Amino acid sequence: MSARIGVVTFPGSLDDVDAARAIRIAGGTAVALWHGDADLHGVDAVVLPGGFSYGDYLRCGAIAKFAPVMSLVIDKAQVGLPVLGICNGFQILCESRLLPGALTRNDHQHFICRDQRLRIESTDTPWTKDFALGQEIVIPLKNGEGGYVASEAVLDELFAENRVIATYQGENPNGSYRNIAGISNKAGNVVGLMPHPEHAVEVLTGPTTDGVPFFTSVLKSLVGAP
Amino acid sequence: MTDSVNTAQESPDTEQPWADLGLKQDEYESIKEILGRRPTSSELAMYSVMWSEHCSYKSSKVHLRQFGDKAPKTDALLVGIGENAGVVDIGDGWAVTFKVESHNHPSYVEPYQGAATGIGGIVRDIISMGARPLAVMDPLRFGPADAPDTRRVLPSVVAGIGGYGNCLGLPNIGGELVFDESYAGNPLVNALCVGSMKHEDIHLASAKGVGNLVVLYGARTGGDGIGGVSVLASETFDADGPAKRPSVQVGDPFMEKLLIEATLEVLHAGLVEGIQDLGGAGISCATSELASNGEGGMQVYLDRVLLRDASLSPEEILMSESQERMCAVVTPEKIDAFMQLCKKWEVEAVVIGEVTDTGRLVIDWHGDTIVDVPPRSVAHDGPVYERPYHRPSWQDALQADTPTGERLLRPSTPDALKQTLVDLISSPNLASKSWVTSQYDRYVLGNTILAQPEDAGMIRVDEESGLGVAISTDCNSRFAKLDPYAGAQLALVESYRNISVAGAKPLAVTNCLNFGSPEDPEVMWQFAQATTGLADACLELGIPVTGGNVSFYNQTGETAIYPTPVVGVLGVINNVDHRTPMAWDGDGDLIYILGDTTDEFAGSEWAHLQGHLGGLPPKVDLPAERLLSEIMVTASHEGMITAAHDVSDGGVGVAVTEMALRANIGARFWIPENIDPFVFLFSESTARAIAVIPRTEEFRFTEMCTARGMSATQFGVVDSGLGVSSGYPGEQVIVCDSQFTLTIDQLREVNEATLPALFGGEECSAQVSESYWDQ
Repeated sequence: MSARIGVVTFPGSLDDVDAARAIRIAGGTAVALWHGDADLHGVDAVVLPGGFSYGDYLRCGAIAKFAPVMSLVIDKAQVGLPVLGICNGFQILCESRLLPGALTRNDHQHFICRDQRLRIESTDTPWTKDFALGQEIVIPLKNGEGGYVASEAVLDELFAENRVIATYQGENPNGSYRNIAGISNKAGNVVGLMPHPEHAVEVLTGPTTDGVPFFTSVLKSLVGAP
Repeated sequence: MTDSVNTAQESPDTEQPWADLGLKQDEYESIKEILGRRPTSSELAMYSVMWSEHCSYKSSKVHLRQFGDKAPKTDALLVGIGENAGVVDIGDGWAVTFKVESHNHPSYVEPYQGAATGIGGIVRDIISMGARPLAVMDPLRFGPADAPDTRRVLPSVVAGIGGYGNCLGLPNIGGELVFDESYAGNPLVNALCVGSMKHEDIHLASAKGVGNLVVLYGARTGGDGIGGVSVLASETFDADGPAKRPSVQVGDPFMEKLLIEATLEVLHAGLVEGIQDLGGAGISCATSELASNGEGGMQVYLDRVLLRDASLSPEEILMSESQERMCAVVTPEKIDAFMQLCKKWEVEAVVIGEVTDTGRLVIDWHGDTIVDVPPRSVAHDGPVYERPYHRPSWQDALQADTPTGERLLRPSTPDALKQTLVDLISSPNLASKSWVTSQYDRYVLGNTILAQPEDAGMIRVDEESGLGVAISTDCNSRFAKLDPYAGAQLALVESYRNISVAGAKPLAVTNCLNFGSPEDPEVMWQFAQATTGLADACLELGIPVTGGNVSFYNQTGETAIYPTPVVGVLGVINNVDHRTPMAWDGDGDLIYILGDTTDEFAGSEWAHLQGHLGGLPPKVDLPAERLLSEIMVTASHEGMITAAHDVSDGGVGVAVTEMALRANIGARFWIPENIDPFVFLFSESTARAIAVIPRTEEFRFTEMCTARGMSATQFGVVDSGLGVSSGYPGEQVIVCDSQFTLTIDQLREVNEATLPALFGGEECSAQVSESYWDQ
């Protein structure tokens, strides 16, 4: 039986079907999780997909963190459940304090959708172990509020602890500090990523298939887990 | 005091503001005749919006009938004109529905919200057919790119489309962006949506089953958009007119996303007998159309409507165009399940009435009957006008002013040809649109096969089989100005060709007919010509018009916009694996031009750059278009072709440049024998496409073209290694033999710099928050 990976649907989630497809393409079983349902249905890992949960009202991700399903995700993430937050999911992880810092309005003030070059900076997480360190990939980026900000001390710590998992290459697309595209928590099991690996899993629909290893990584990590 | 039916009977002589509501004297008289008394103020409000040009099509109806009368025989059409959107069979039990609509006037008054709610409205049309929306597209037309007002309107329109569409989770897969003086005071913001469903999920707007309940669900009804339909869509803009901002609706894409999910869930659970979206004319339109299409009667309790503003009068509630609302007809047995699903999606819903067999639409307000009308008289039997029309006096002189070599200086030296190419690809109309399209999400849902700048947008409908659809919209309004009959056909064939070069078989047509005032006989002549041209060509090409939209009164003062019949064509592809992209790939692949090139520059991009408009547009050749389409679809299906591109704006020179830019791979090409280089490179003759053929397929491909009588001439070869020999080592280069050499980097630089330079500056960043709070 393949590992079961939950994908949470909040009101306003948009990329939940894409995340589920990516999990299936990688060989896993996608399990739909409902925001209002305080039950993780025994999943082995969780993806918080992109979108505009609760309309991004108040602040992106600020309301989603109070969803019944999130209290379970937060508890389990603190004891090792692999969690990947993509775009709005990354914003939710920051609002939930599972990850430090915050995502702010793009410095150029526009929503931007483009094929983005990234460098993988850490392969020590369950979501990135299938990459080679320093590997360059191209996956879609699409956000209006993707500028990663944190205090200098936090930024220093993230780099020192090898918790920056991917950086933007070429022109910085949104004003993220130190070109940060994705980070992890101290334990490495919780990863937030602004660009969208779930949109780069098929030749026909993505710019590349560079997104697949994020999902095969977690499946392999789970096989190795007790 | 409420103006009830009783009051109306007792006070027959009360003065009523019918003229201020946009009704004519004879229209008011005929309302009195229908009712046998004066209308109540609520009835007056209903008739005024439903009989407005926008809702009733009173000036266009007599011409639009041709789309039905001349419809080609086809099995593909499952639901035709008259419903919220036409439905087309694409095989394997799948159906698609698509439609394009205008939101021109709201977008001029309030660019961000106008454009945003344009998307919202067209998406609700699609879901009300039972379809899941798959993608959106936006044909946009503005005044000159460097005009101050374009810099006011465009960034906010783009932000509005992005802000709403991105939030809904619908990929934006293309559209148009055209700049022309003609639109300086009246930009065109059209919006298209396509959706898919299984045949059994098709739903229609009708209130069937006496005793069934009428449910209003979605956003609450507020004071926005009151009279938007009759006031905004039927008046032109004068410099000193009253401020019209309050008439534009304000959108909430988050609510729309919930509404989509809730609606699809109640439809798929079989809980709905009939469904209608609330757009123009709000509750007036939804209740009268549902009743008129169903049993013929409906009882509504208007005081049950959930309000955002408790002080709204019944007239205002009836007219409100608050966004993100739907109306469903549900049996009493299923109402609890319906309400449960609305609750799941946190969508408010309330039963506002029930279906009756009285043949009357009766609306009560706190115990008083304020509306008692035959619903057909409101929804379908509005006035019909045979507006007078005549050929404009200036038409002959315009057509006589042909852009010959004597009239306009043509480039003849290699340097001048090179400069012409650079000028064209950096001109606002042909420059890269990525400054706009990068503000739209094209990836969401994971089924986007092709998106801008490809010829057509293409979406995978069935992930298992690879079944997909392609859509394109087009219109060169300069052609339509020169000859509206031919111009409408040229818009159709360009769209048709775009679908075909992508590898899809054209199946059905929608349109958004943007014109000036129907009260101007010259505009009406343009409209009559364009609709006739379009209907005739659809018949000959064998593709039916499934629906569309008319937008009149697009003018500033007495000056109408160029006639702009935007035509959308939908095609089907059995397996999206076979799609043909515009970027070539393989070194050594052969570049062919299909079709014949003649000296046709009237209305072309080149003539436009010279500031000239005159002559007759390119000749329409429908049999040639049909043949070209069949060849392109066969070549794609049989794997004979690796890339293709439609030849239209800017001619062959621009088409090959666009292919090279998309591929980032160079090519060598030459001017075929017996043709003037300028004509070959820049003429806009129709029924042509560029096809890129691997050497292994050359014989099969050329044999097919010869056998079917399609002219195919090789004029180039894909070559990534031209850098050294042409003096640009390490670079990708296009070489036009004995004419000019340009590197792809040089071309990209001029192609991509134009729009950011015009619109990327601080001073014209979108007025998103500002305009939002102004509401």
